[in-house]
Amino acid sequence: MRIEVVDVGKQFGKFTALTDVSLEVAEGSLTALLGPSGSGKSTLLRIIAGLETPDSGHVLTDGLDVTRARPQDRGIGFVFQHYAAFNHMSVRENVAFGLRIRKLPKPEVQARVDELLKLVGLTAWSGQRPAQLSGGQRQRMALARALAVEPRVLLLDEPFGALDAKVRAELRQWLRRLHDEQGVTTVLVTHDQEEAMEVADTIAVMHEGRIEQTGAPRDVYDRPATDFVMGFLGPAVRVDGQLVRPHDLRLALEPEDHALEAMVTRVVHLGFEVRVELELADGRTARAQLTRGEANQLELSDGDIVYVRPPVATGAELTA
Amino acid sequence: MRVSRPATLSLRAVGLLYLAGLLLLPVGVVLVRTFDHGLGQAWGWMTTPAAISALWLTIAIAAIAVPLNTIFGVGCSLVLVRGRARGRAILDSLIDLPFVVSPVIVGLALILVYGQDGWFGNWFLNNGIRIIYAPAGIVIATVFVSLPFVVREVAPILMEVGEEQEEAAATLGASGWQTFWRVTLPSIRWGVAYGVVLTTARALGEIGAVLVVSSNVAGSTLTLPLLVYQRDSQLGPQAITGAYAAATELIVLSLAVLLLMTLLGSRREVTK
Repeated sequence: MRIEVVDVGKQFGKFTALTDVSLEVAEGSLTALLGPSGSGKSTLLRIIAGLETPDSGHVLTDGLDVTRARPQDRGIGFVFQHYAAFNHMSVRENVAFGLRIRKLPKPEVQARVDELLKLVGLTAWSGQRPAQLSGGQRQRMALARALAVEPRVLLLDEPFGALDAKVRAELRQWLRRLHDEQGVTTVLVTHDQEEAMEVADTIAVMHEGRIEQTGAPRDVYDRPATDFVMGFLGPAVRVDGQLVRPHDLRLALEPEDHALEAMVTRVVHLGFEVRVELELADGRTARAQLTRGEANQLELSDGDIVYVRPPVATGAELTA
Repeated sequence: MRVSRPATLSLRAVGLLYLAGLLLLPVGVVLVRTFDHGLGQAWGWMTTPAAISALWLTIAIAAIAVPLNTIFGVGCSLVLVRGRARGRAILDSLIDLPFVVSPVIVGLALILVYGQDGWFGNWFLNNGIRIIYAPAGIVIATVFVSLPFVVREVAPILMEVGEEQEEAAATLGASGWQTFWRVTLPSIRWGVAYGVVLTTARALGEIGAVLVVSSNVAGSTLTLPLLVYQRDSQLGPQAITGAYAAATELIVLSLAVLLLMTLLGSRREVTK
């Protein structure tokens, strides 16, 4: 399903959650809404779901205005950060919920639920209560429950936010595989830029109720439209008025054109990469990231004077 | 906090003495005195036509008041916790009114509204509906005094459970009504049950408000607590024993409710 969000605004009391937000989600894509907490990404997702009503603007699905439509009528599946499991029902009953609401014949419900439990690897747990499952299992159950009704769009609100790092990484890959196999249009809300880069094919970076930039993961990383996007998508340092990535800084022992003098304050060896902390002539600090080979060639140690050269090509358009 | 053994023991003793002196002893004496003149005599007092009609009236009043307050209580909790309407703070404090207003005043207020020459009283009387000095008045008084229990049990649970399960149900296609029956009600069921028990206990035992609006005529508007009160205020040892017998009936009824509550309490712990 294709989703269009047009000039959407939303206030909660005095707090402005969204200001004139427009977004297009292509049919079959996996789009991540990425931003820090309070940036409005969850509100935008809930507006797409119909769980909130925007104060202004429109939401269209496949060209149809659904701004005022109830969540029940939107053909969506929604997954919450804290699972929203029906605690008084078994895992099987949870997954079957939407199908039972639709009054499907029992054998059909049985078959579909069995299939989904297998898909999320919870067949052995079907008779258990959600409270007996781990966080990761509960979230897989919630995904199966959302997928059961064959939604035309899957909306995930920080789905892996409450899980520990290892489970999170597993579920991420699993989600990507699932999306590749089933092809359901998916919108994922996350504050984790690595998660967005790994899973999504389009990222919309949000900040203070606005979308700062929308694009493919590589585009927003390599060609950030604003300083905020630059800083949020990865480490960034300010050199000579420009925001640059630490791994784009070049260090030399001799003066060069466009290079700034700096003193090495610390050299940290992190396996393959080496982090060099610098103090520039104007008193600012910066950080460069080198490969081990580069660092070995320079033979840097604390107190050395080096010449720092920011990348020229992308630098010009980044000046703040 | 660490408390030494003698201190623990004396604290326990004080607690038990307090309970014994104020609760167990008086109730125990009532039970003992009931049977002062033998089992047969006590049974006789318990089964006079007045006592039997009082017992049934009390149960009937509770059977009307409790469902009314359960439906109102759950609905009101939903409005308070899930609602977005203005004036929820006012509603919230109004709910506690029956707790802070003396029941006698409740009774008097009902007379002022529904009694003869009251605001609506004459309209009802002209249409042949008697409220004050009739069972209807007792029901209204009982509903009033036992109104807060279900709300006060259910609202905190509703808040704790949160809205996400209901939102999930909506995204899965459930209508508001389906969500209520399949998701909301099951998740608050122990709070509802507990509130129902407390409401029932209060409905069975209420006397202050009921006394004012009842005509105190045996066989029509005399509830069990009123019967106890009436027999107790008559003169003579016979009447006193009768009061004890009626009191015992009421105690047994209340103990049954208490027992039910304890069972529910342990069940609730298990399912948590």
